[in-house]
Amino acid sequence: MTETALNPRPMPVKKDLMVEDANTRRRNAAEKRFRAYGLAAILIGLFFLIVLAVSILRNGLPAFTQTVVSVEFTLKAADRDAAESQLFKTKAYQDLFIAELAGKLDERGVEVVFDAATIERLLGKIGGDLRAFYQANPDRVGEPVSFELPASSRVDGYFNGRVTRETLQDSRFLMAADLDLVDAMQEAGIVQSSLNWTFLTGADSGVDNPGGAGIGASVIGSFFMMLVVLVLSLPIGVAASIYLEEFAPKNRFTDLIEVNISNLAAVPSIVFGILGLAVFIQFMHLPQSAPLVGGLVLTLMTLPTIIISTRASLKSVPPSIRDAALGVGASKMQSVFHHVLPLAMPGILTGTIIGLAQALGETAPLLLIGMVGFVARGYPDGFVAGFTEANSAMPAQIYTWAARADASFYDKAWGGIIVLLVFLLSMNILAILLRRKFERRW
Amino acid sequence: MLLMKTTVSTLAIAALSATAAAARDNVQVAGSSTVLPYASIVAELFGENTDYPTPVIESGGSSAGLKRFCEGVGENTIDVANASRAIREKEIKACAENGVTDIIEVRIGYDGIVFASQQSGPAFTAFEPADIFNAIGATVLKNGELVENPHNTWDEFNSDLPSAEIAMFIPGTKHGTREVFEEKVLLEGCEATGAMKAMMDSGMDEDAAEDACLDVRQDGRSVDIDGDYTETLARIDANPDGIGVFGLAFYENNTDKLKVATMGGIAPSTDTIASGEYPVSRPLFFYVKKAHIGVIPGLKEYAQFFTADEIAGPGGPLSNYGLVPDPELAKTQAMIADETTMGEGS
Repeated sequence: MTETALNPRPMPVKKDLMVEDANTRRRNAAEKRFRAYGLAAILIGLFFLIVLAVSILRNGLPAFTQTVVSVEFTLKAADRDAAESQLFKTKAYQDLFIAELAGKLDERGVEVVFDAATIERLLGKIGGDLRAFYQANPDRVGEPVSFELPASSRVDGYFNGRVTRETLQDSRFLMAADLDLVDAMQEAGIVQSSLNWTFLTGADSGVDNPGGAGIGASVIGSFFMMLVVLVLSLPIGVAASIYLEEFAPKNRFTDLIEVNISNLAAVPSIVFGILGLAVFIQFMHLPQSAPLVGGLVLTLMTLPTIIISTRASLKSVPPSIRDAALGVGASKMQSVFHHVLPLAMPGILTGTIIGLAQALGETAPLLLIGMVGFVARGYPDGFVAGFTEANSAMPAQIYTWAARADASFYDKAWGGIIVLLVFLLSMNILAILLRRKFERRW
Repeated sequence: MLLMKTTVSTLAIAALSATAAAARDNVQVAGSSTVLPYASIVAELFGENTDYPTPVIESGGSSAGLKRFCEGVGENTIDVANASRAIREKEIKACAENGVTDIIEVRIGYDGIVFASQQSGPAFTAFEPADIFNAIGATVLKNGELVENPHNTWDEFNSDLPSAEIAMFIPGTKHGTREVFEEKVLLEGCEATGAMKAMMDSGMDEDAAEDACLDVRQDGRSVDIDGDYTETLARIDANPDGIGVFGLAFYENNTDKLKVATMGGIAPSTDTIASGEYPVSRPLFFYVKKAHIGVIPGLKEYAQFFTADEIAGPGGPLSNYGLVPDPELAKTQAMIADETTMGEGS
């Protein structure tokens, strides 16, 4: 355009339409180039997606299996009473188990030389599991019970390839010579790899006990938080946007509110965490580390997102629908609730799910209200306790694991990411199903 | 809609009952990320071995933990602060202003600070404090003159060291570890190289010279790590010449990736740290609010369990993980049993 404006040229002689002239060629080439750029952009995106998915799966899958020692164990009543009389009861249980296992190995004729310390290095921290079992089933004392108990994190690493004979440095955690015993035990069928239910259902564990760590409790924590966010932010957000969009007079005051809502959506989430600490915990005296407080804080964060998306979807409902409703004698409120809101529902649901998904992955505000750290309370007793008892959340749990010294916690962090993604995906699928159900066309 | 109404009312009841039925039943702890691993081991065992619920342990650093500790007395404040350094006068004062007057100081043991590099990297096997100071001090002594640090490789000031680029990853200022690193390594090195004397000769008083000794060069050869040791490890993984500052327990858990250097000719281990031969170590503490004992169930029992011989003593799970046991554990146990606060007794 500018070129012709600068040097006016005579109109080119009209040629055959089938023959490309220079100008057409140039324009076609430009279009081809643009298409190539677009394709390249998509391919780059796809490439990173694949790299991400592959690395998450490769790093995370070991977390779902666990090397276990399966052996029959008989606890004598006298031994139990002796163990219960000590301060460090779980250690006494562990020692009893080690003694029994050593006897079993001798019986089976394992030819590797070993002592109790070797077995202790091979086993995870199993005393807690043993004691919990006998506390729950006191009638099983004195009879043989078969247990599957986690091996130590380095033996687990040996099974899934993280630890090899070449890279293993002798330490008090595991000696290279101990691996001979592991191999012998594997041949005897005492040590094997199995699905790690503890990881899916358990709570966090101490840093020296990766075999006992699980993400289950924090999934529950996240679930309760999301429940709070949904129940509070959806009604409040929708009510606020319906009022602003359909009823509120347009004046300086509502303009100010509108601007502030848009600004709130851009506020960094850590700010809401500080607010939550000051208001909910220090002023209202709600319990620390509780999903209720986490949910309240995340509600504050999610509200602007929901309000903005709800208003957009209300706006997209054609005015003719409102006019028709008003025309046949509906009140303003009837027109909104009978006609506009149902039509806007798919958009509202999408906005809500996006808001929830954002809230689900948030760690920063949880730092300040005590949900990040070591929170291993297991499952809450009952529905109400789920909101008020200390619990962690999935992203917080993943963050905590990633910072631990033992490399097998790193696997667990990746495994946690897989669980988090599955949780997110199922939320999104729910949203799509709901949207299908409500979707109308005109 | 009915479902939603029920949920809303349940939630409201939950919120109300939480406000009304105040009694918190678990011990709430916050503070140093160095103490966190030990505290988490104890918390898990405490939950498994007693009828009390598992305590909640948050991290965030010694200073942040002590600040929250000093916010006041009551169930909405924490009961215990973990710290990788002793509480400061200033903090005791801040505590007192908010009504936290009776504090029990509990020393749980010692932590060694080690210098480690990539397993397959250059042969960094022996350091002196002077080497570290020459590598990363802001102002060093070269040919008898104080100059802005000109060193690019380690062999420029010590021919025994490899000719590798200087790249150190040191704990950031929010870590309690930084204080020990400054006091036991940088300051020592500053004195050993004679830089401190030169600074005082040039007219600085002693305090100013000490501050100048602790200045770290800002040209990117020394990097402050504000995160955890895992971040330092990731930096070392990416940089074969890199040298990182770690806790002994962290290093021992990652011996397949890291090799450790001696300091002053002594290799770090729980034995050399306990005997005091290895120079860079520091005590670890936690602080208990006496006013909460008897209010929060299990608080005193937690402190007693933490410091029991079976747990914090030699051969216990904490020393197994890398904590250097405190030889004076019995004294600490007696102090907790009598609830002796700071300033009382000794």
